[in-house]
Amino acid sequence: MKTLTALSALALAAAAAAPALAQSDHVPAGTKLAKDQTYTYWLQDDIKTLDPDLNQSVEGNEMLLQLFEGLYDQDNEGNLVPALAVSYDLSADKKVYTFHLRKEAKWSNGDPVTAQDFVYGWQRVANPKTASEYAYYIQLMNLENADDVVNGKKPVTDLGVKALDDHTLQVTLSKPTAFFREMLTNATTFPVPEKVVKKYGDDWTKPEHMVTDGAYTLKTWDIGAKIVMVKSDTYWDAKNTTLTQVTAIPIQDTDQALRRYMAGELDRVQIPAGQYPRLKKEYPNQATSHPYSCTYAYRFNVGPNGPKALKDVRVRKALSYGINRDIIVNKILKGGQKPAYTWTHWDTAGFKAPDIPYAKWSEAERMKKAKALLKEAGYGPDHPLKLSITYNTSSDHKKIAIAVQQFWKAIGVQATLSNYEWKVYLDKLNKEHDFDVARVGWCADYNEPSTYLDVNVSWSDQNSGQWDNAEYDKVMKDSTTAKDPQADYTKASKILADDMPLAPIYAYAKADMINPHIKGIFTKNVMNYWYAKDMYRTAK
Amino acid sequence: MIVYILKRLAVAIPTLLVLIIVSYMLMHFAPGNPFSSERAVSPEIMKNLDAKYGLNLPLWEQIVHYLWQVVAHFDFGPSFVYKDRTVNDIIAQGFPVTLTYGFLSFIAAVAVGVGLGITSAIRRNSWLDYCAVGLSIGAQVLPNFVMAPILVLIFTLGLHWLPGGGWSFHDPRFWILPVIALSTSYMASITRITRSSMLDVLGSNHIRTARAKGLPNRKVILRHALKPALVPVVSYLGPAFVSMITGSVIVDVYFSTGGIGKSFVDSALNRDYAVMMGVTILLGTLTILFNLVVDILYAWIDPKIRY
Amino acid sequence: MVFDETKMNSLADATSQPDVAGRSLWADARRRFFRNKAALLGLGLLIFVVCFAIFGNYIAAWNNSDIDYNVMGDASLSGPSLSNGHYFGVDDLGRDLFARTVQGTQISLLVGIIGSAIAVIVGTVYGAIAGYFGGRVDGVMMRIVDILLAIPYMFVLILLLVMYGRSIGMLFVGVGLISWLEMSRIVRGQTLTLKNRDYVEAARAIGVPPLTIIRRHILPNLVGVVVVFATLLVPLMILTESFISFLGLGVQEPQTSLGALISEGAGTMNYGTLWQLAFPLFFFIITLFGFYFVGDGLRDALDPKER
Repeated sequence: MKTLTALSALALAAAAAAPALAQSDHVPAGTKLAKDQTYTYWLQDDIKTLDPDLNQSVEGNEMLLQLFEGLYDQDNEGNLVPALAVSYDLSADKKVYTFHLRKEAKWSNGDPVTAQDFVYGWQRVANPKTASEYAYYIQLMNLENADDVVNGKKPVTDLGVKALDDHTLQVTLSKPTAFFREMLTNATTFPVPEKVVKKYGDDWTKPEHMVTDGAYTLKTWDIGAKIVMVKSDTYWDAKNTTLTQVTAIPIQDTDQALRRYMAGELDRVQIPAGQYPRLKKEYPNQATSHPYSCTYAYRFNVGPNGPKALKDVRVRKALSYGINRDIIVNKILKGGQKPAYTWTHWDTAGFKAPDIPYAKWSEAERMKKAKALLKEAGYGPDHPLKLSITYNTSSDHKKIAIAVQQFWKAIGVQATLSNYEWKVYLDKLNKEHDFDVARVGWCADYNEPSTYLDVNVSWSDQNSGQWDNAEYDKVMKDSTTAKDPQADYTKASKILADDMPLAPIYAYAKADMINPHIKGIFTKNVMNYWYAKDMYRTAK
Repeated sequence: MIVYILKRLAVAIPTLLVLIIVSYMLMHFAPGNPFSSERAVSPEIMKNLDAKYGLNLPLWEQIVHYLWQVVAHFDFGPSFVYKDRTVNDIIAQGFPVTLTYGFLSFIAAVAVGVGLGITSAIRRNSWLDYCAVGLSIGAQVLPNFVMAPILVLIFTLGLHWLPGGGWSFHDPRFWILPVIALSTSYMASITRITRSSMLDVLGSNHIRTARAKGLPNRKVILRHALKPALVPVVSYLGPAFVSMITGSVIVDVYFSTGGIGKSFVDSALNRDYAVMMGVTILLGTLTILFNLVVDILYAWIDPKIRY
Repeated sequence: MVFDETKMNSLADATSQPDVAGRSLWADARRRFFRNKAALLGLGLLIFVVCFAIFGNYIAAWNNSDIDYNVMGDASLSGPSLSNGHYFGVDDLGRDLFARTVQGTQISLLVGIIGSAIAVIVGTVYGAIAGYFGGRVDGVMMRIVDILLAIPYMFVLILLLVMYGRSIGMLFVGVGLISWLEMSRIVRGQTLTLKNRDYVEAARAIGVPPLTIIRRHILPNLVGVVVVFATLLVPLMILTESFISFLGLGVQEPQTSLGALISEGAGTMNYGTLWQLAFPLFFFIITLFGFYFVGDGLRDALDPKER
């Protein structure tokens, strides 16, 4: 690589100044490490906040995983790995968790990490004064009094979380929650340094003030240009942390990002839609693809503002059958995505998909059935069904919408495309419920089917199509206390397939170019979590 | 002259005021909400957010409060989207970058444009003239979102000379591609304007007289032709300078420079009212200021103009 | 949006001179225009582009929205080919690029021409009224122009497209409304001179209403400058539209524009599908060339300088 950018030049200087590298536990014996232990990755959009209590984006969460450490981490397979929680006890009624915290953990200013830091962090998320968009996560965790605290009806001190002593954290839930511990790998549940937050207020996440308890600390953050994190020496496991610097660069245009990867300026970048097969052939040891827990779907508006036609389940089914998912996956995206027939991503932990007949039909059968159903519902050549497809500005959404419009044309449905700019699209969907069919996407908050299925209950804010099904609501309610919630999840998925409030289209995959010298990077984690502290760069 | 400047400055203040109020209202009535996201936010949480950022107040109260903060404290408030940053932070970080590459682009565009324009006017109908004219027309019709990736393909992926993006105040190699991408079309316009105005001047009577007196060509051009030939160029440069130093979305998007052009467009798309307003006020002030500077320069170059 | 104001004013002066005995200004201009090779080339290009936009669909084997599943998603099959009817190849989704280029050219021409017409009409009427009535009316109207000139115009355009949805009508109005300001200044200046001419004063003396005077005696004298300004404005409008398309705020699919096609093609230019950029870019460039050459030629024809 002839081009040495100033970024890596800086990094080299940093590496040279550091003492000789002691081999970490994560690095197999005999590996020849590169001198330059840096890692540079791509972001589509800049991070909006690095405050764990305010963050709501997947990218922000990724970065917070490097800066902070919570009770649990994940491994490559998505299993829990104790981080700050060395052990825990669960009460007989499964409502009280007592976590025993790691005593050697320290903040980057040298203070010990205590149970009080967790309590403060959780109370801060829920506090109406903080006005966190992610306060709903605390509600989702079923913490005792969470709803009342978020709505300002009870003081934050009533939230079901307490520090019994410096290293013992007690959490009380309003009802048993099977996936509770899984939720603790998300940055929203991470501790925050109370003293620092109180001292600097909103400014506490500025590089010069920020104090973190993870393997890295924030060095610089130039909006729109780059974010640099450097290894923290106070981290309890610092001796096993190899990468000395992690840099994120926001590049909006994926094609330009790929060019910069090719020029050696990035170690990881997303592959633009349609380019994976070509790159896999040309760079077999760099192009990767693995399942990623998000689902892409078209939601039907069955609420009062939706068109009459969509209130007929036959029409919804016909429209879903009419979408040729194989073409979308194999000819447009081509990045290892899979056709989806369930709303829950197929690779979600423990998920058993129900038997969905149309998933197994041939394309011709689906078309035939779709046409028959539309005819039954009273639509035909002389009385065609007319709909609009709502999507937000993005080249991938556009491509899929155009393709779906063409698929539906083949079954006699006239669809028009309505492209809205992001914020208008959100209003149309979530506030005004003013659409016929809209593109929706959902990414898992934690690796368990309920993160998807909860979206469709009648009281969910995310249920933008205002679908209301009593049976579904009941199954989902029962699942929280059921001994085997997976059976309920399968049942709920079956209801979705039968009543079709939305047409699942594809299950995401993460198709990336990764520098082959970067090792220890997770290649299977469906939440796309990764920890720089486990990674290292080998010599050429 | 001084009276004129003072008068212009006096007009600038109501102009800015109108600009602020109109932009605030436009922004306010645009559909969309700074706090909405892919995950619908519940009405309770939305209420908390509105209260925190003062959006629950009546519109006039918001505007008055905003104006007071800006005028009295020079405080443009916190960003609604970048939760850890104030508008002042964002401008303080992005504007120096934009200013640097914008100013360099301006220098490059003027130096090359005027030089090329004069040379091709003097050597009219030579191969150099044809090249200059062809290049300048070509550069004017190639959109810079096509040029930017071509530059990256050539200088980064092909020749490995320059980084394909990023920014550093200490390393000029980061400046080159943004400057080329931004300055080319301005350079082309300046070349065309200089050339044609130089041709007009060279054909005018006073230059003929000067030539007839037997002055050397060089002297005629530098002493007599240059100043009048630059009059139309100067009037072009004012707005051009403002639009260059206020940056380019395309440069910021392609080269991840962190400049203010992208913040501006992003803030409009994200409904980040505070950043939007801050940047608008900044750009508006600069536009007014430099229009004034240009008019003063103009008066200096062309004494025929009276105020 | 920047024009060479000096030239425009000089042109306006030239075309509003009372006719001298002998051949009329227009006959002279026509003769000079047809002697100008660049202008003729430009005219030829424009005729070609317009024919392509109007009659292209009769040649196209496909329409602009149908997907050809046989070639979709396979770069090796989707290049230009006569045998499958995709003369220009297909786009990323397997839609015929020839039909799309025809349709994109239509939209780009429409945006350019209508946008520029709006700018010219609004600017002329506004400027003529301000100049004719003079005094306080003029002061207020021109102050408004000054204020509007200080508003960063991309902001207005983005807000308009965001607020009122992406409709083609909005696009016309949006691009048109940003560039009438300069036109209004030029027209106002000319009107100020014209209204003191004898025949205008005579008309006023016999009690002809002001609006009729403007229509009968002022506007006809401004036709030359209006035509030239409009012609040179079209390429700028087309460029602006391409930038809007780059931001993703352009026309609604399956409609497209040259700017949108180029922006898509530019992204994938190094993935072995260069035709997706090349064909739309070719038509884009020759369209702009055409308008520039014709506009320059018209100006030179109407405002001859001794050279």
